[in-house]
Amino acid sequence: MQRSLFTATAAAALAAACLTAQAGTVTVLTSFPKELTTAYQKAFEAANPGIKIEILNKNTTASVAYVRELPEGQRPDVMWASAPDAFEVLSSFSLLQSAPEVVNKSAPAKIGNYPLNDPKGMYYGQALAGYGISWNTRYLKAHKLAEPREWTDLLKPEYFGHIAISSPSRSGTTQLTVETILQGEGWDKGWAQLLEMMGNAAAVTDRSFAVPDGVNNGQYGIGIVIDFLALAGKYSGYPVDFVYPSMTAVVPANIALIAGAKNPDEAKKFMAYTMSVPGQQLLFDPKIGRLPILPYNMLKAPAGYPVPQDIARRAKVQFDSQLSGARYPVVISLFDQMVTFRLKELQGATKAIHEAARALKVKPNSKGSELLAQARSLAYTPLVGAENVKNPEFLELFRKSRRDVAVSKQLTGLEQMWADKARANYERARELAEQARGMAK
Amino acid sequence: MQAAALRPGTAGPGPWIAFGLILAFLLVFLILPVGTVIYTAFVNEGGVLTLGHFANFFSQGVFRESFFNSLWVALAATFFASVIAVPLAYLTVRFEFRGALLIQTLGVLPLIMPPFVGAVALQLIFGRSGSVNLLLDDWFGFTVPIMDGLVGVTFVESIHYFPFILLNLVAAMRNIDGAMEESALNLGARGWRLFRRVIFPLAMPGYLAGAALVFVKVFDDLGTPLVMGVTNMLAPQAYLRITSVGVDDPLGYVISVIMIAFSILALWMAARVMKGKDYATLQKGGSALQKRRLTAWESALAYGWIVLILLVTLAPHIGILLMSFAKVWSFSVLPDAYTLEHYGTVFSDANHMIGNTLLYCLLAAGLDVVIGTAIAYLILRTQLPARRWLDYLASAALAIPGLVLAIGYLRLFKGVQLPFTDTPLVGTWVLIMLAYAVRRLPYALRSCMAALQQVHVSLEEAAQSLGATRLSTIRRVMVPLMAGGILAGFVTSFITAAVELSATLLLASTESQAPMSYGIYLYMQSISGRGPGAALGVLAVVVVGLGTYFSHRFVERSRATVQAKQEG
Repeated sequence: MQRSLFTATAAAALAAACLTAQAGTVTVLTSFPKELTTAYQKAFEAANPGIKIEILNKNTTASVAYVRELPEGQRPDVMWASAPDAFEVLSSFSLLQSAPEVVNKSAPAKIGNYPLNDPKGMYYGQALAGYGISWNTRYLKAHKLAEPREWTDLLKPEYFGHIAISSPSRSGTTQLTVETILQGEGWDKGWAQLLEMMGNAAAVTDRSFAVPDGVNNGQYGIGIVIDFLALAGKYSGYPVDFVYPSMTAVVPANIALIAGAKNPDEAKKFMAYTMSVPGQQLLFDPKIGRLPILPYNMLKAPAGYPVPQDIARRAKVQFDSQLSGARYPVVISLFDQMVTFRLKELQGATKAIHEAARALKVKPNSKGSELLAQARSLAYTPLVGAENVKNPEFLELFRKSRRDVAVSKQLTGLEQMWADKARANYERARELAEQARGMAK
Repeated sequence: MQAAALRPGTAGPGPWIAFGLILAFLLVFLILPVGTVIYTAFVNEGGVLTLGHFANFFSQGVFRESFFNSLWVALAATFFASVIAVPLAYLTVRFEFRGALLIQTLGVLPLIMPPFVGAVALQLIFGRSGSVNLLLDDWFGFTVPIMDGLVGVTFVESIHYFPFILLNLVAAMRNIDGAMEESALNLGARGWRLFRRVIFPLAMPGYLAGAALVFVKVFDDLGTPLVMGVTNMLAPQAYLRITSVGVDDPLGYVISVIMIAFSILALWMAARVMKGKDYATLQKGGSALQKRRLTAWESALAYGWIVLILLVTLAPHIGILLMSFAKVWSFSVLPDAYTLEHYGTVFSDANHMIGNTLLYCLLAAGLDVVIGTAIAYLILRTQLPARRWLDYLASAALAIPGLVLAIGYLRLFKGVQLPFTDTPLVGTWVLIMLAYAVRRLPYALRSCMAALQQVHVSLEEAAQSLGATRLSTIRRVMVPLMAGGILAGFVTSFITAAVELSATLLLASTESQAPMSYGIYLYMQSISGRGPGAALGVLAVVVVGLGTYFSHRFVERSRATVQAKQEG
């Protein structure tokens, strides 16, 4: 009896499962938070009766795998996410189709130096985001720390163990931040700054959202984050604040039509809506907190809302997306080997360096200062030189398929070398700094 | 094994059919889909077989280091999980204890820890700026970095997975024949000696089943190290390589293969320990272990210990509960203000998720205990060649990342229609349910094996000599005798399936199919969604917890009726 009831329930549910995806339904694959997607879903459905929006939320990795594995005609219609790398991958597998008619002509072609839409015309900028520093005000007060303004502030010894960042190999947005610093300061100086900053890091997380989340709940004092994640926390009442350093880039979050979509025509209507005036106006919602692509004279912006064009104009760096793309695999791999996987050793070296510097300030000693300078140079020099990263052969190696055993061997050998060298350098730097500190006594 | 030796040649076609069906199931829903993904580990660019990727793996220092870190954490977590679980099981089964059932149910709750929420909640309690450390810093001026590094992973894994041991050990101890204890008492064994020499050894199958699960699960666990930011372990290394967008790195799959091999090795070693030992006892359902009274001092001590353990292990749940009512909780011991609106949000737009979770998980857990019992029977009661391989194959699922299984499903079932309809299989929830069943089968299997090991073969022989057919012997004698263990398996499968995320995330093709774990993930992706996410997490814990409690009640009651019948 019980069993038959169970079977009946299962059968009924099975039948219900078959009734999905009627005509007129646009499936949107996205990694955006529920507040944002629900707002767009409701507004669009109200403006276009008869078209239903089905939101399918997956993280970026799952999204890419999902589209790749589904046959044509069963794929979702629209891909909507921040990370440009995901769109690049989909585009390289010919999983996107161009839909130039959805683009709003009133939007500028470039923000600063960054093209709003994909130059190949496969995906389009729908909103803008800038990168910066966010902090928990209660945390900073409890630890008696000043509010940081610039990336260079984060190198100061008092911030040791208070900073969080997500790994650039995991988060396309962090990769852009790292690249911005590298382009703004130059390869060698940029890396030195990054490594010194990471020496102060408490954690390198694997998800972008873990950083603002940790800052919101006070686990970390300071986070390197994308603006809307920090602003949404601030407007939800959390004791957090956010600043754009002068070395920042404003880049688009993207939307694209998936090749082999079920309902391309309705999907294009939705895409066009997100870039229209009412669609852009939604971005000002405090729970969403993103920057629009349309100029502010077409919209009703809340007072004091950041203006993307201003931030882009103020920004010291002219972001070169081609350069960023060319050295992308080198940068993320080097970051992982020198920082993500060796964080403990890097922290150890940095702690010793901070202590030695403090001791030498009280009791200067020229031999000590010399040792300290050596320690710094050992710990904060990138293992790949500026010349090397311009070498096309070197870059080409990283473009090859790791499925080839020989290529994989070469690459893992290289990574192994970086890992060993980084560990040895941090270890030596720590010893030198400890010696330097000893001399100050 | 003894059984089969006694009755050679009784194997009719039945066992063969069962063997074939199970093998087919494992082949279609585990081996083939996973194979389509991880064969990358064995081939070169052009598809030529090679072991070069394995050579590359072993030459990398990071991987060697990761391997030893994983091993160390798994061993330490198994040890600490035992330290938590064994006293809990012993005290509640052996002594007259008020609320024993409540304690056993609460002891299972740590398993119902939805991903993301659990980690966030634990950080709020034990983290760098968590309640405990803020208080310590206030009162004594120091903090305890218990959530940092490998120590942190061990801590979280121990309090998360000790229920595996608790559940199986309780089931095993309940099955011990009271006569054994009486004989031991008559011969002068008391107290610690009685426990060490008689009771614990008799409950060994249950303990080993649980401990092996903890070891393998911790060794393969991905979620905990990832959210705690520890990357120098095997599972995160594999995951980071498999999920790098746009990089198809075979080394990730090499790590998966190595984890699978190592997990099977661990289970094989656990089986070796059991080999040649007979744990079956004859009397069942009659006199179980005597329940004894504790003196006032003893019970104060016992209750104190239990409360302390439960407080630590339930800290994440307390954290979630607070979060679900909290308006803003940031860098403070307790939230600033409280509200009920998160529950309103959840009830207004996530109702269907509760139903989905129940549907998928009950089906999956049901499938698991049926297959688990069948495999246990085949292994322990028949002489079929290669029967142990069913166990190894099924257990390999423990070491396979959910993402890999899910990609395999999408790839293998591309273009397959649901029978009798023209709906593509990949668009339905059937795959989600099957993924749960396959991923959680090892849990049910271990419990079923342990349960059957404690049933003496003479009981079946008696039934058969009284004229019962093989099938009705299984149905009327063995399954009732194994009920406790099967239930333990059902509960573990059900609970852990309810919080599965990685495969769910990829396989869910519409929001209407989404189970609770997906909903929790969705909410927890935004700052303003933390409250509703936690509220949904609380609901998940309550729903699954109630299910567990009622299934315990059910078994207790059926035991009581059996006993009443015997006495009357």
